[in-house]
Amino acid sequence: MMEWVTVHVLEKYNFWIAMLIIIIGLTATIVKENLVKKLIGLSIFQTAFFLWVVSLGDVGRNILITWGLKTQTPPILWSEAAEKGYIYANPLPHVLMLTGIVVSAATTAVALAIVIRIYQNYGTIEEDEIIQKELEFERAG
Amino acid sequence: MTPGKRGYKRDVIIEVTTNLMFPLTLLFGLYVMFGTGGTGGGFQGGTILASAYILYITVFGHEKGRVKMPESVNALFKSLGLFLYNGAGWICVLFSLATAQWLNMPAFWPVTDYVGVAGSRSFLVGYMISVGIGLTVMAAFVSQYFDLAWKEDDEMEGGEE
Amino acid sequence: MDLVEHFPVLIVGLSMFLAYTMLLAGYLNRRLPFFMSLAMNSFFLILSLFILNHVLATGPIRYWQGGWRPPWGIEYVVDAMNAYLLVIVISMVILGLIYSRGNVRHEIEERKHVTFYVLVQLMAAGMYGITVTGDLFNMFIWLEIASLTAYALIAVAGGRALRSAYNYVIMGSIGACLYIFGVCWIYSVTGTLNFADMRLLLPLVYDNRAVQMGFAMIVVGVMIKAYIFPLHLWQPDVYTYAPSTISSMMASVHVKVMFYMLLRMFYSVFTLDFIRHYIGLDLLICWVAAIAILAGSIWAIKQRNLKRMLAYSSVSQMGYILLGLGLSPLSPWGLVGVAAHILNHAIGKGCLFMCAGAISQQEGLRDIRDFEGLGKKMPHVCAAFTIAALSMIGIPLTAGFASKLFLIVASLDAAQYPFVAVLLLSGLLNLVYFWRVIDQMYFVKHKGTENAAEVRETGKSLPLSMVAPILILASLCIIMGIIWLTNIPMPLINHILSNLRMGVTL
Repeated sequence: MMEWVTVHVLEKYNFWIAMLIIIIGLTATIVKENLVKKLIGLSIFQTAFFLWVVSLGDVGRNILITWGLKTQTPPILWSEAAEKGYIYANPLPHVLMLTGIVVSAATTAVALAIVIRIYQNYGTIEEDEIIQKELEFERAG
Repeated sequence: MTPGKRGYKRDVIIEVTTNLMFPLTLLFGLYVMFGTGGTGGGFQGGTILASAYILYITVFGHEKGRVKMPESVNALFKSLGLFLYNGAGWICVLFSLATAQWLNMPAFWPVTDYVGVAGSRSFLVGYMISVGIGLTVMAAFVSQYFDLAWKEDDEMEGGEE
Repeated sequence: MDLVEHFPVLIVGLSMFLAYTMLLAGYLNRRLPFFMSLAMNSFFLILSLFILNHVLATGPIRYWQGGWRPPWGIEYVVDAMNAYLLVIVISMVILGLIYSRGNVRHEIEERKHVTFYVLVQLMAAGMYGITVTGDLFNMFIWLEIASLTAYALIAVAGGRALRSAYNYVIMGSIGACLYIFGVCWIYSVTGTLNFADMRLLLPLVYDNRAVQMGFAMIVVGVMIKAYIFPLHLWQPDVYTYAPSTISSMMASVHVKVMFYMLLRMFYSVFTLDFIRHYIGLDLLICWVAAIAILAGSIWAIKQRNLKRMLAYSSVSQMGYILLGLGLSPLSPWGLVGVAAHILNHAIGKGCLFMCAGAISQQEGLRDIRDFEGLGKKMPHVCAAFTIAALSMIGIPLTAGFASKLFLIVASLDAAQYPFVAVLLLSGLLNLVYFWRVIDQMYFVKHKGTENAAEVRETGKSLPLSMVAPILILASLCIIMGIIWLTNIPMPLINHILSNLRMGVTL
């Protein structure tokens, strides 16, 4: 029983935490009616996803038993670490997610520009009020 | 109370601090972009450069911000940045079709000796790309902030990145 | 290395370079960006024809970015499917640009024109990039470039397009994020991001739940982007309220490259063995496609706004392409149907959306019930609309008939008979909603005391730049319909089948 918990929960704590925050972000995007709050939810979703991917670069856990190390060094070439035989984290997820952060920032920027124009057009940023105004406009002709 | 509205009273402390922080933030952004031994990169440095302009626009208002960064200069920075990082790729293609040794070639050694860590000769393409990305990111974020902060009735749809 | 092997990278890189040069050139002369864009895209069309020729003669092009070998470097792979799709994308972008010359003056304010053309060029660059790339993460980057520019281009129209664009931003971003989520799951198991390398490493770990999770996430993410039922809910509003050029370009090529991503995942990364043995999904995909076909058509019958009807019709047409994809593990004719319908829907739906924009621009009409007597007022546009509608219905000798024929042959070959009934029924439903429009245009007597001569001289007319692409696309519907029935496309089809490792020649 303890072994099952250790293998599936404690060792994969990064997966659990990241998935929890992803679900929080997605819930905010779907449930909230304020347009800016939806955007905040999307941002939380994407940030938790980057966190998870960067944590995939953690290669130190597998060498806990062989070399007695708890973790690995950051992905920087460091001569003393190379002499002692330390292992460094996988830099590829870091680099990929840097690009992902840029994409997330651009998406947030475009969405905020659209929200500003919606506010100027409708006077509100609550989605139910916007739908109300559209229905009235359609009924009026 | 934004600078555009009537009844806005100027505050000396905020204005002096912003005037002092503006060039220091720009310098810090350049350091993050390609300082010696620093981890950083184009995107991070460009964002810090943009944040300096955004602080200035927030404190001093839209019109004075436009004096600091006119629209044509903004477009120029965007395009210049793109030409730098795209051009780095094109130069590699032109000089050695299909392989790139990061311009570590005798033709470029005089330039690479002045740039980057002394003794290593291969950083030119890396710096070109990172500076190009930084300039584009700065210009894009600043133009985005101008569009978001503008309170007229028709507004330019920004968001180019 | 041949010169031709550099052309894919040249097309993509020059597109991005050009977009920002157009931004600067817009400060010199406001009309320069359009001509620069048109000239360069025509140049890219010539390059892409050279690429198609080279790929059919010699084999796939593999270009290593910066000379770094895969799997450490990014690779661009162009095989027969890519080259074919690239030609279609570039052609439709050119026709869309020609159409936009007359349309943009009417729908978008003057000071936004330069930014509009820059964004269209960036969206085109994103679409070219998705088509030629051979790396999973690179595909995500081009996907986001194409999508972000599309979000902004839709919102340019203002009014009700703003809320539609916002919905598209949220749903599209979730879709792209799910795609990269899935890619990171399979990356975490294999450690590589290259298509070919992933194809070699994945069969060792097919029964790992992370790989299956990754597959599920990639498929759902791309389904959101390619508006496959039931994840299509953002699409009708967007196509209805976007500027007509953008509706036409998005319906013809933007969604096709998204579907092409799904195609690549199915054939080149997760091979068909995965789908047949480990997931057992092929019939499920076919049934989802069948429901999409019928539901899209039934919704389209209810609509009164012309562009909204065409939008729901597009949902149904994406169901056709998905049906072809689902039938392909059982029969190679399914893939022929996919390739054929990608082209036929692009020319047909592109023409239909352009006609809708032309009608809205000249007469200001959007509701189908107001179209009475339009056949006399706008003869060329209505004739083109009729021909393109006949192609969508599937009348013989038009393009749509060929793709329906291939899909029916695929269903018969795979011994899945219900889908033949679905395809025939959907042809009937298409006839219902397209005939309503044609009926109003030609056969309903114009209510009023004006005679025919007065009606023709309303004095409003469309610029040639709008009518020419409509007529070109309508005539292509008939020409391609005849070509698909002959033996001319067979070498291309055989190359596509062998490059995607289907193994059979037709």
